Amino acid sequence: MVEVLVLGVLAVAAASFGGALAGRPAEPFREAARLLTTQRRVTARADVLLARIGVVSLPVAAALAALVVPFGDRVAVGTRVGVVWFNAMEVVAWGSVWLAGWGVNSAFGLVGGYRFLVQGLAYELPHMFALVTASLAAHSLDLRAIGHAQEGLWFAVWMPVAFAVYLVSAAAMAFWGPFDHPVGDDLAGGVLLELSGPDRLVFLAGRYGLLAAASAVAVPLFLGGGAGPLLPAWLWSLLKTCAVLALLVWTRRRLPVLRMDRAMTVAWTVLIPASVLQALVVAIVVV
Amino acid sequence: MEAVAFWVLAVAAVGAGIAVFVVDSMARATFALLASFLCVGGELLLIDLHYLGVLIVLMMIMEMLVMAVFMVMYMMNPAGLMPMTMLHNRRGALAVSGAAFAALAAGVFTVPWPRRAGRPPRDPTVALGEAIMGPKMLVMMVIGVAILATMIATVVLAAHRGRYDGGDGTR
Repeated sequence: MVEVLVLGVLAVAAASFGGALAGRPAEPFREAARLLTTQRRVTARADVLLARIGVVSLPVAAALAALVVPFGDRVAVGTRVGVVWFNAMEVVAWGSVWLAGWGVNSAFGLVGGYRFLVQGLAYELPHMFALVTASLAAHSLDLRAIGHAQEGLWFAVWMPVAFAVYLVSAAAMAFWGPFDHPVGDDLAGGVLLELSGPDRLVFLAGRYGLLAAASAVAVPLFLGGGAGPLLPAWLWSLLKTCAVLALLVWTRRRLPVLRMDRAMTVAWTVLIPASVLQALVVAIVVV
Repeated sequence: MEAVAFWVLAVAAVGAGIAVFVVDSMARATFALLASFLCVGGELLLIDLHYLGVLIVLMMIMEMLVMAVFMVMYMMNPAGLMPMTMLHNRRGALAVSGAAFAALAAGVFTVPWPRRAGRPPRDPTVALGEAIMGPKMLVMMVIGVAILATMIATVVLAAHRGRYDGGDGTR
């Protein structure tokens, strides 16, 4: 279970790093304290049960995804289908965002929730193909086995397209950075608009958790798992995870939010064909 | 322990299934149905069919959420927060479902169940793939790509500007 806790700490560190890039590393903690002491805003005729389920399920999904993340050979739950489980828990975010947007009975929240659903498939398909490509090359759905299969040559090196697609779609699945349309400023905050106090804190923490889990899974999938000189395997996994997570956090600061229709066009016409072709190349090489 | 988990999941699956027809909001009905499916996925995990169980969890979440879009869009009560009912044609539906349940329950007790031959395979995922696809792997692969191409083509044709232009100026 210590692996799940480590990812939780990484999620907090990611929030702090994001603050540090803006010059205020303590800002997330101050904001958390403020949210914890803020009274909940109540909307008229809200479906409170569904909204709460939506808010709470996001960090729960992130924690469940963290269960199968290996650090070196250490893993909370060793399963042979870790890749599929991780993807299933990522997709829970669709439900979380839609429920949180729908439940509060507010137009902007509703639009935000629907945005994520209509975009979901365009990001999930290339994401799935990237996951499949790494599994295909390693002949396994077990994240540890995939990590071990990269002795000598990291998958990121000989299937760079799949790695790039994974990073882009992982950010999109966590509605992060250039893909934060469901909580976008053009919607006055979208799903986040009516979430206040502890609800907002839990929801935002869940998003950082999802981002941390996706970064940690990139390591066994494409970055050789725990392979590395001198240091123990779990430490290498941790360092690589930090690097990927820092990259994603930094991207949010550096890149503007894409226009939604352009992001969709790119997802359907570039990401999906590119990831399919990459899978084809890898399949031919492996077989 | 496993027996307890089985019964908890089984009762929860049936309970959530009943809730689909009791709740008065489309959104709640959708997610009650999803909860029922997730319990079934949990049952499969219990009998060590890990791949199938997790696949059910993954596919059902995606399916129910895509369905949420259409259900809320097409149902007589799009707002969903207003009261509605999932029950229509009560007598007919009751007769059909009662008969179906009786037939299935009778099947459980009258069919002579075969004894287990052999042992479970070491990796049920591989065994399942071999059993379903085995010699027809090539056909399955071609169909898979064809389905994907169909999906993308449908989206392109259905999109407002997919057929006629790719520019932003003419919308």
